[in-house]
Amino acid sequence: MKYISEFRNGEIGRELSKLIGKEVQPGKSYNIMEFCGSHTHAIFRHGIQDLLPDCIHLIHGPGCPVCVLPINRLNMAIELAQKSGNILCSYGDMIRVPGKDGISLQKVRASGADVRIVYSVMDALEIARGNRSNRIIFFAIGFETTTPPTALALKIAKKEKLENFYVFCNHVLTPGAIAGILDNPEIRSLGSIPIDGFIGPAHVSAVIGCQPYEYFAEEYQKPVVIAGFEPLDILQAIRMLVIQMNEGRAQVENEYSRAVKLEGNPNSKQQVADVFELRKMFQWRGLGSIPYSGLKIKSGFSRWDAECQFEISDQSIPDHKACECAAVLRGVKKPPECKVFGSICTPETPLGSCMVSAEGACAAYYTYGRFRSRGGAS
Amino acid sequence: MKKLNILDGKIEMNHGSGGRAMVQLINEIFQEAFANQFLLQNNDQAAIPVEKGKIAFTTDSFVINPLFFPGGDIGSLAVHGTVNDLAMSGAQPLYLSAGFILEEGFPLSDLKRIAESMSNAAKNAGVQIVTGDTKVVHRGQADGIYINTSGIGVIPQGVHISAHLAVPEDKIILSGPIGDHGIAVMAERENISYSTPLQSDAASLNGLVNTMLKATKEIHVMRDLTRGGLAAAMNEISTTAGVGMVINESAIPVRPEVQAVCEMLGYDPLHVANEGKLMAICPADFAQTLLEAIRSHPLGSKAEIIGDVVADDDSFVEMVTNLGGRRLVDWITGDQLPRIC
Repeated sequence: MKYISEFRNGEIGRELSKLIGKEVQPGKSYNIMEFCGSHTHAIFRHGIQDLLPDCIHLIHGPGCPVCVLPINRLNMAIELAQKSGNILCSYGDMIRVPGKDGISLQKVRASGADVRIVYSVMDALEIARGNRSNRIIFFAIGFETTTPPTALALKIAKKEKLENFYVFCNHVLTPGAIAGILDNPEIRSLGSIPIDGFIGPAHVSAVIGCQPYEYFAEEYQKPVVIAGFEPLDILQAIRMLVIQMNEGRAQVENEYSRAVKLEGNPNSKQQVADVFELRKMFQWRGLGSIPYSGLKIKSGFSRWDAECQFEISDQSIPDHKACECAAVLRGVKKPPECKVFGSICTPETPLGSCMVSAEGACAAYYTYGRFRSRGGAS
Repeated sequence: MKKLNILDGKIEMNHGSGGRAMVQLINEIFQEAFANQFLLQNNDQAAIPVEKGKIAFTTDSFVINPLFFPGGDIGSLAVHGTVNDLAMSGAQPLYLSAGFILEEGFPLSDLKRIAESMSNAAKNAGVQIVTGDTKVVHRGQADGIYINTSGIGVIPQGVHISAHLAVPEDKIILSGPIGDHGIAVMAERENISYSTPLQSDAASLNGLVNTMLKATKEIHVMRDLTRGGLAAAMNEISTTAGVGMVINESAIPVRPEVQAVCEMLGYDPLHVANEGKLMAICPADFAQTLLEAIRSHPLGSKAEIIGDVVADDDSFVEMVTNLGGRRLVDWITGDQLPRIC
């Protein structure tokens, strides 16, 4: 099975588009939030919105771990990077995000800090093994997809008694973020941002399974269809959501059955449970403080917990005054509705993380879709 | 004087200090490899007869890591890159200079290998390396070796090719699959191996350009695709000419193995570097003739017409996706960064 070419087949995609066109009911509006930043990216990259009827509105969700990380946490990572003898290992996107006063990890690297891009936490472990006189700190971010590897790395570090390896943990949980959106006054009580259903995240669901979404479907009466990242996955998931909405159902369905099992990946979940515990509260950019939505390292692994082993200041730092990432993350505004979109704030000169990350709605819109507001920002 | 110990020897600071050691290095490595009447004259410059017509002149520097990769090395790249920049104007590339910045401790065996590779590349392209320079910097600088090549060629009468000549209704032709070089180098650098070995497409394109110009001189623009990929080349041209472009994703050839690596790491093939591909823009009436000429050459056998030049004040490059939707093909921002999740 050739997953790329077959799941991007144009003919089948256009057929699905026709089927969706037949399903939608006249006079009805379908407001669908794709939670995951990779779905936002895929929608724009393949031009999926052009295959949907006008009554289907896609709302971009906050499922971008770079975008929802508050500036103070980034600043703590920058502080760690600037300490002599430290090597900070980070996923690629994080290094361009502007922190306090616009300083990013990329900028401090240019000023001499040892900041290294890694593909995975295992690369950071390798750097630690090869640089015993340095302290290697892995800047761990991500939803449930990237959390199991971090858990494994901590177990390996403990087993090997690797004294110079640390993790600065910023892992967050998808159900927490979904709750944050649905409990948001704009949605819950004011109803000003209609959301009728969700395209559920793909790889997160491969880890956590389908069950965690059942609470939301039931409590908030919103259908959830878990979808893969290819265009045919997304179109099929939209079709399944439209059908549910027409029938007044609010169930969790799994379009991505080739990768997502009902129970998820029990081994991954166990690894995470062995190493991490829930934070009582975690601050999210755009969504405010959400209880039990972030993870911290258990005391049994505190020797490798950067927050325990280093003195780093955690001061609250506001976003840039003009930055409207918070509204974009909640689905309240579309990127071109932000006053600084495409003018002061561009991928080269970002004011906020939504314009930096490949999974941010602003970056997706700017990179793939700004011709749609032709005559406006360019 | 005892010959250089190529097997185990390393570059030392005195190889760059203008004395006997430097002369020996130049003679035994560079003169030996490049062997031509200009270099033998041992002057600080090459005196070249003036040709009628226009002279094309270009320069490029090469700082690639790793130095050796499947399908080439920094040396062959340094020749192909400059030959191609000349060829894109329709010029016949003739003479190259080669400036070397060598790190103290760099193995002589690697330097010899690189010089020989440059010599082979130059012979295949029909150019001569006629002058050069050598500097040595302290250990820790220059990442082993940096090379600059500059080149001159002659543009024949009646050939006028330039980015600003692209006009609406022109057709856009791509000479072959994109992304080979960048992905081959990245796989080598990150020690990623695949069952189908990935090779750089690095090649001199002047032979292909000759074939194209024999078929028709009605070519408005040519651009070789290097850093920033097809996306960068298209945006450069559309911005310079003040036009837009609309291309079709389904027409763009990409090898399945390149596509697979790109998807795994979150790269877009449109932004990945190439070193042996070109884009040509010509009036619609000549597109089929030009396409067939390109396809008749071994370096262009998989060429495709991929789109059209259109009128657009914003100079956007748009792509019709495989699905039939639309997206922008933008400049890349900084380096492509591997995806997180």
